[in-house]
Amino acid sequence: MALSDWLAPDMAWAAFSVIVPLAAALLSLPLARHARYIALPAALLGLIVACASAAQVWLHGAVLLAAGGWAPPLGIVLRLDGLAAAFLVLTAAISTAVAWYALPQFAARGASESRSGFAFWPLLFFLWAGLNALLVSNDLFNLYVALELIGLTAVALVALDGKPAVIAAALRYLLFALFGSLAYLLGVVLLYAQYATLDMTLLRHVAQADFATLLAAALMTAGLLAKTALVPLHAWLPPAHAGAPAPASALLSALVVKGSFYVVIRLWFDVLPNQAGAAFTTLLGTLGALAILYGSALAFRQNRLKPIIAYSTVAQLGYLFLVFPLAGGAGEAQPWGAAAWSGGMFHALSHGLAKAAMFLAAGTLIQAVGHDRIDGLDGIARSMPIAAFAFGLAAISLMGLPPSGGFTAKYLLLTAALAAGQWGWAIIMIVGGLLAAGYLFRVLNRFLLEGDRSATLQAVPAGGQIIALLLALAAILLGLLSATPYALLQIGRPDAAAGGLS
Amino acid sequence: MSAWLPVLVLSTSLVTAIAIFPLAQARQRLRTGVNLAGALAKLALVAIMLEGVARGEIYETRLALLPGLDFLLRVDALALLFLTLSAVLWLLTTIYAISYLGDSPHLSRFFGFFSLCVAATTGIALSGTLITFFIFYELLTLATWPLVVHRGNAESMAAGSRYLAYTLAGSAVLLIGIVWLESLTGPIEFDRPGQLVGLDPAALQAIFWLLIAGLGVKAAIVPLHGWLPSAMVAPAPVSALLHAVAVVKAGAFGIVRIIYDVYGTGLVFELGIGLPLALVASFTIIYGSMRALQQSDIKRRLAYSTVSQVSYIVLGASVFGPFATIGGLVHLVHQGLMKITLFFAAGAFAERMHAYRVTDLAGAGRSMPWTAAAFTIAALGMIGVPPMAGFISKWYLGVGAVQGGFIWVIPVLIGSSLLNAAYFLPVVYRLWFAPASGRADPGSEGPLWLIAPAVITAFAALFAGLLAGLGLSPLGWATMIVTRNYSP
Repeated sequence: MALSDWLAPDMAWAAFSVIVPLAAALLSLPLARHARYIALPAALLGLIVACASAAQVWLHGAVLLAAGGWAPPLGIVLRLDGLAAAFLVLTAAISTAVAWYALPQFAARGASESRSGFAFWPLLFFLWAGLNALLVSNDLFNLYVALELIGLTAVALVALDGKPAVIAAALRYLLFALFGSLAYLLGVVLLYAQYATLDMTLLRHVAQADFATLLAAALMTAGLLAKTALVPLHAWLPPAHAGAPAPASALLSALVVKGSFYVVIRLWFDVLPNQAGAAFTTLLGTLGALAILYGSALAFRQNRLKPIIAYSTVAQLGYLFLVFPLAGGAGEAQPWGAAAWSGGMFHALSHGLAKAAMFLAAGTLIQAVGHDRIDGLDGIARSMPIAAFAFGLAAISLMGLPPSGGFTAKYLLLTAALAAGQWGWAIIMIVGGLLAAGYLFRVLNRFLLEGDRSATLQAVPAGGQIIALLLALAAILLGLLSATPYALLQIGRPDAAAGGLS
Repeated sequence: MSAWLPVLVLSTSLVTAIAIFPLAQARQRLRTGVNLAGALAKLALVAIMLEGVARGEIYETRLALLPGLDFLLRVDALALLFLTLSAVLWLLTTIYAISYLGDSPHLSRFFGFFSLCVAATTGIALSGTLITFFIFYELLTLATWPLVVHRGNAESMAAGSRYLAYTLAGSAVLLIGIVWLESLTGPIEFDRPGQLVGLDPAALQAIFWLLIAGLGVKAAIVPLHGWLPSAMVAPAPVSALLHAVAVVKAGAFGIVRIIYDVYGTGLVFELGIGLPLALVASFTIIYGSMRALQQSDIKRRLAYSTVSQVSYIVLGASVFGPFATIGGLVHLVHQGLMKITLFFAAGAFAERMHAYRVTDLAGAGRSMPWTAAAFTIAALGMIGVPPMAGFISKWYLGVGAVQGGFIWVIPVLIGSSLLNAAYFLPVVYRLWFAPASGRADPGSEGPLWLIAPAVITAFAALFAGLLAGLGLSPLGWATMIVTRNYSP
């Protein structure tokens, strides 16, 4: 078969992207501690499938795939558009990097006898499968299944170390996640009772703006916001993300919270584009703004490295919700449409890369120092320049400084805000960038202090630092080579992204 | 080939940076080799482009960031003015820095960020769109910070934080200005007249001041200059580069671009924003000089002198008329040559004689004659003694101001020259005529490579004035830019 046949529109890449990680997960259960031998090959296969999915979308546009040949409402449909493809590649890239990073950590002799050595690999692949299922689902119930799979594996990843404090954090996370799923499921039930279908495309055509529909949407959104840790539902995130082992933190902060955000975007832009009132979009935007300010302020007050990064996630997630008030609006001067929507999606992608890089870099630093208080990091750039550099590059993207994916996102969002005359959101974004610079340079300052501490450090293999650096470079390159991902995101873009929610 | 030239010239510094970072501390010779190879390659490329641009050619490299939003590197005459300055001074500063830093710690980190800093400056010079400019402007902030805090002690950390607080806040303001402008008209490309036609004048004025405020932080316009004197804790080569080429010049060059290539002189005149800017620049010129007079620390005196001198460029740009423009542009080069000489010399005095205060310099002319001579030439140039480079700048600025109807600029120029004399001549006097302090032995003039750069730049500054009439002198080049700009 020629390459173009492999990428033909009827190739079921959307299905493969779920099947491959699922198979790897199921396979690694019986393999137990030997699972690490299949981890990297399976991850690479998953990465190839993700790239093939993206190439298919790039060549042929959005692809709909009826599972088993049954059209909805009888069967279920998988959908692969530009947004899904971009997130598939992001998920695959980060999961592969994390698998590679975790190999020595969970393969060491001592660790392979412990619970984490057993549990990490199936959890990683179940999580990946859940995320991919979520990305390609075109059915609200399938989304529920994917959300549950993601939530449970994520909680288990937090609890991997088994220390009491971590178990408490995991339980709190579980509580929020279950509440979220429950609320979401309730909404789904209400919709099904009313419209007798959960296919997202069908729902868009039949859904009306009546009380039951709006109640259902509100319930689903509330559940998803709890899973996304949008302020004020964020309390579970910092202890969970800071307490998990570094590779798990990277997955949780970079991908898991984006999963539920992705469903929020699908719900309001694809399924119910005409039902979000101005009050609702303003509410989401306001919560996002609060998240930016509050998360940043708390990140300032932490004295440990991983909580700083975790609170930074709380803040960064806030930007994503500015998409709601900013979508659509004026902007005739721009040569591009849907600036705010594209900016929000760019932000999700670049934050994923940068945050994964930062957690992995932090993981190597903590491993070397033996604890994660930032005063232990004085002068560490001398002994571990690669990790320090990776942290710095990731920080640039998080601050939204050019050239980085974070900057491209901020530029698009800012343009949308100012073109619509919505100055308040623009000021919030600018202030948020400065606050991020404040709490991140507080860490970077430490790195460059004088003094030589190499004698007190544990030796850490360079591999982990290099993986972190590669991810950070990817976040930077996303800003320089932004034209291609931007064009990919536009394939199958919902109309409401340009026209705005109403 | 010609489409690749801008990328190549940028990558001479960028690749050098990337190649130096991973080198071990002990690889002194390799690091020096890579540094010098990069700097020389850049000079060669600049020479090729100088010849081409003089013939009227323009080199461009374009990459779409988003549809319609281009990353554009373009070599026009104005870009080349700044680029040539930075390429020449990069080579000399590198030679000086290798000698100055000797075998102090973190050399690969230092030279890596040093090259990155030059790459950012190159990018600023070559930027063809507002967004490209902003990208490199921020890269410059980030690449300079590790150099400012290089020593890693509490004082340099505090200076570094102050630097970041000023520059990041400044670029946030700049970004608002850029995005506001581009949200009204779409992405802005330099030197494309008519982009701003039909926009609300009030918005244009507000945007102008946002842009100037953002750029004014790096250009150290009073009251946004507070970071600069404290950044003096950085090693001398860093101060030299910061003051002569990189940071303050990036701000001034940005203002020049905004006035000539975004707004256009006509629009600046119509909106009435030239006069207030000229007033601010004049105030900065006088204020900086007066503060310089109060400093007894040599590097701080030079720092305030920079505050004052850089605003000549801004003044030249804000006064309407070809002569003032020439004066401002040529001062971009002249100030660079003179100021870097002063910093090279000050660093050598500090390194060889442990002279940090003006009074420490007594009798230095006898023990370090070459360095003292270089300092003297540059100081006289700064004062504006004819036929030195500084005189040429001031002459054109004065004539331009009279043509533009800003007669009051003349007393500013005269007052500033008197103040310059007041804070430079006592130093020169001490160097040559004061009785020697115990700290200077004859022959303490250090290794050749510590002294030669200062002497070379001093002579360059001298000849830039003496031979100003030649076509390839800074004045000749600036005149060519202005001729092309005013007669399309």
